[in-house]
Amino acid sequence: MAPVKVVVDAQRCQGHNRCAALAPELFAIDDLGYAQAALTDHLDGAQLASARLAAANCPEHAIRIED
Amino acid sequence: MNRPPVSDWATDFDHLDPTFVADPHAIYRQLREECPIAHTDRYHGVWIPTRYDDLATIAHDHQHFSSRTILITDRAESPTELGFHAPPITEDPPYHTDIRRLLLPVFSPSVVAEYEPITRTMANELIDTFVHAGACDAAIDYAQHVPIKVISRMLGIPDTDHARFRDWIHRLIEQGPAGGETALDAIMEVGGYLAKHVENHRTTPRDDIISHLIDARMPDGRELTGDEILGVCMLLLLAGIDTTWSAIGASLLHLATHPADRHRLVAEPQLMASAVEEFLRVFAPVTMAREVAEDITIGGCPMRAGDRMLLPFPSGNRDPRVFEDPDQVVLDRTMNRHFAFGVGIHRCLGSNLARMELRVAIETWLDRIPDFVLDNESAVPWSAGQVRGPRSLPFRFDPR
Repeated sequence: MAPVKVVVDAQRCQGHNRCAALAPELFAIDDLGYAQAALTDHLDGAQLASARLAAANCPEHAIRIED
Repeated sequence: MNRPPVSDWATDFDHLDPTFVADPHAIYRQLREECPIAHTDRYHGVWIPTRYDDLATIAHDHQHFSSRTILITDRAESPTELGFHAPPITEDPPYHTDIRRLLLPVFSPSVVAEYEPITRTMANELIDTFVHAGACDAAIDYAQHVPIKVISRMLGIPDTDHARFRDWIHRLIEQGPAGGETALDAIMEVGGYLAKHVENHRTTPRDDIISHLIDARMPDGRELTGDEILGVCMLLLLAGIDTTWSAIGASLLHLATHPADRHRLVAEPQLMASAVEEFLRVFAPVTMAREVAEDITIGGCPMRAGDRMLLPFPSGNRDPRVFEDPDQVVLDRTMNRHFAFGVGIHRCLGSNLARMELRVAIETWLDRIPDFVLDNESAVPWSAGQVRGPRSLPFRFDPR
């Protein structure tokens, strides 16, 4: 269990939905299409890799992974 | 169109020049390195930023860069000055924010997912019409119909009118830049056509977007005006067809001419998601536009209120500062923050729908026709203007 936190910056998110497509278990999409982190800590190794992939593909740089 | 040939791409850029239409990326590649923000006195003065970071900065700055001009034409007036509003794309905050919020739920990922089975059925039915012949025009017989069928159904209008949609789109988006009357006539015709359908929905409400717009309320509780409903419908009808058609066609053209990628995608369907993003990056069809609202200097370029600006997202998508081997299609590219759908508050409203249509169109095609070739690559005509895609794709394959 890596002690990390996944944060979606609501001011930056524009609803591209790339994160939920790449890591559906880590991000929830609301009715307007905006993302929220669904699982914010206690990520296992595979989940952490998915979170990093989602962050690396967010066109708005809205996802932060805080160690 | 009789325009003088371009003398210097950095100072005399012309997105309708035949040399540019033949290979825009060669010109963008040169500009990104030698003059990252180009300019032209044509079209009443236009700036052309070509690097990823400048495009991101400008797209995120709606205070200095207004969306009241989204189509660069020879006319001195912006489309909105001529009375053409297609909210939210032609609007700025705060109005943009309010009307966009009414539309976001209609194109959310969960709603789009509901349309996936019917999209697949439609794609299969299109293939049924030519699969036995062993040949087709994949742009005309296939790619263009997928988005038309889906958006017609979502809006609540008959898809049998697709020939008229195509004609309007051609005149508005492809001939509009020349500034003649044909684009304005097309707008009037689309408006008249849609008005009849909106009227019909007022008396007979249905479960579709037109009825949703009639029932919608702005934050202050007011209904949308008739013009607002027509403007939104016009946007949804016109913006999603040419663009998605272009992306589907360009992706199929790549697969027809790159057998290794084609075979790999058939053998490794799990690559489809990253492949779709990569096709969107490399073949991004849309170049947006803005109008400078307040004076600002970017990259040493003094931009003055009223100046026009093209936002060539396709150039940003091939900026080597951001993408390794930017001109290569890498089906399993893992880092891909492309701008095919723009960035910032005007992120394409239909991006989830377009992605789904592109993926389903490619999946269905490869499922039915895993091997196909282009008859003659030199014959592929690409559209000129702010939506770029192949307009004819003569393919051959084994009849089945």
